[in-house]
Amino acid sequence: MKKINALALGLFVFALSAFGPVPAAPAADVEITNVSYDPTRELYEQYNAAFKKHWKSLKGQEADIVQSHGGSGRQARAVIEGNQADVLTLALAPDITAVEKAGLIKPGWQSEFPLNSAPYTSTIVFLVRKGNPKAIKDWGDLARAGVGVITPNPKTSGGARWNYLAAWAWAHREYKGDEKAVKEYIGKVLRNILVLDTGARGSTNTFVQNGQGDVLLAWENEAFLALAEKAGEFEIATPSLSILAEPPVAVVDEVVEKRGTREIATEYLNFLYSEEGQRLAGKNYYRPSNPDIAKEFASVFNLKLDLITIDDPIFGGWEKAQDLHFKDGGVFDQLYAR
Amino acid sequence: MNSGKYAMNAETSKWIPRILILISFLFILLMLVTPLTVIMTEAFRAGLKSYWRAVSDPYALKALQLTLLAATTAVVLNTAFGLTAAWAITRFSFKGKGLITTLIDIPFAVSPIIAGLIFILTFGRLSWLHPFLSAHDLKVVFAAPGIVIVTLFVTFPFVAREIIPVLEARGTDEEQAAALMGAGLFAIFRRITFPHIRWALLYSVILCAARAIGEFGAVSVVSGHLRGKTNTLPLHVEILYNEYQFNAAFAVSSLLAFAAIGILTARNIVEFTAKKEEEGHVR
Repeated sequence: MKKINALALGLFVFALSAFGPVPAAPAADVEITNVSYDPTRELYEQYNAAFKKHWKSLKGQEADIVQSHGGSGRQARAVIEGNQADVLTLALAPDITAVEKAGLIKPGWQSEFPLNSAPYTSTIVFLVRKGNPKAIKDWGDLARAGVGVITPNPKTSGGARWNYLAAWAWAHREYKGDEKAVKEYIGKVLRNILVLDTGARGSTNTFVQNGQGDVLLAWENEAFLALAEKAGEFEIATPSLSILAEPPVAVVDEVVEKRGTREIATEYLNFLYSEEGQRLAGKNYYRPSNPDIAKEFASVFNLKLDLITIDDPIFGGWEKAQDLHFKDGGVFDQLYAR
Repeated sequence: MNSGKYAMNAETSKWIPRILILISFLFILLMLVTPLTVIMTEAFRAGLKSYWRAVSDPYALKALQLTLLAATTAVVLNTAFGLTAAWAITRFSFKGKGLITTLIDIPFAVSPIIAGLIFILTFGRLSWLHPFLSAHDLKVVFAAPGIVIVTLFVTFPFVAREIIPVLEARGTDEEQAAALMGAGLFAIFRRITFPHIRWALLYSVILCAARAIGEFGAVSVVSGHLRGKTNTLPLHVEILYNEYQFNAAFAVSSLLAFAAIGILTARNIVEFTAKKEEEGHVR
């Protein structure tokens, strides 16, 4: 009986610790939640610290920002199901549009902030192993036999949709709009894919940590970050043409109205366009949308890279591209199933 | 044992057990010991200081606290429920008894991901309950209560499943005798039933705690991954891993590994003591 008492006492102490005091975070006067996508973790960690200072000097309040990261589509889904985000900073417009259609955001959010509500941009580049042993220089090389390609799944990952569309754009130019040739090329690339993760960070880990594949199709910022984390093991190959990715931001109207946080949420996103916000984006390898700040990073980014946008006639905007390529049974499904 | 189908010649009977033992040991070494060693070496690779920084990080402590809260609630409520259900099922006959016994097993049969989705559909923004919850400012999913509820769900059968067979095997003779002698229901439970089941109960509580601490799938679905708010230890490990903080990820994993080792030790003590007590009774 003594032993059972000792065990019971142990369980009791264990239970008490669940309700015990937690090292107190500095008490915040106001708190907002930023639901974001995978590769922005490092950016927002630094940005939040800068914004807290900014808000303190503006209003004299201590602000706290709760972060959540994951695949862009999955994050949008969670917000629709009730994850209360004051602001969304996702990978592509259709994910925010999905939240709008669920009634949480008022239509017209994309003109609420400058430049299509995209404070920073990025593009898709290739991350290859040191010395580029397979000589992967442009999109055409991805279709060669024996090249192992790593990309996330376009169905779940925003970045992967940009990857796919960038390849499409290159092939469209290369084959002068011959759709059959374009599809054949894309089909060959898809067959070279070794691992199809659900999110961008998962793919990076597959390529960088687990050593799978010869080339990772990655966000430019994600590729630079991997380069910085693992110095000397990889290099970036910039293709002759890529796509201008504009990760958008939005205030979630339903949530800020309920919580009374509209002012701070709006300022949080506006501050991304300030010189300080733009420089932090640049330091974290996102292309600043302010051209003057972008010039400061001219040694980092290839600012002359030929970038096509989603509104180019070959795509005709997100809604059309999404419908044609990524819906169930769309072009991606047809080519991938072959 | 030298006749019938177990008959074998002396030579085979010598090497067959040896091979079986060898296979078991190799398998356990490969599948259990090696990964555990990797976790520990990776956790301490960057030194004690950075280990301490990782496990005392405010987000890690918050995650630890939420994990303990969920595990404790699961253990307390499931113990209460498990005892009640086991007692009712083995001591009374009533309509729907078979149904209850089957329903208790649902969490074992359902994938944790589905379990998470069920609660999103029940308490989420698109559910029919949402207008009510929202009007009263109650947050269930994507908040701590959701984490606690799914943990409760996945660990639901542990206690009842463990106690029912013990009570069934014991029969009701002693309890009936006590009742005839005028003992009340509570006295019967405390003086007769409980002493029989206390080791099984403790054993099931330990298993329940182990599962509650380690649960990932269901919790991941309802969490929303809000840092410092809805991350449990297993979710925190995933986040650290995804942020290139490998040493920290392994350091926090080692906490889970230590918990597992502690739980296994407690389980063995319980088993050993129960066995000894049993032998004492027989003598």
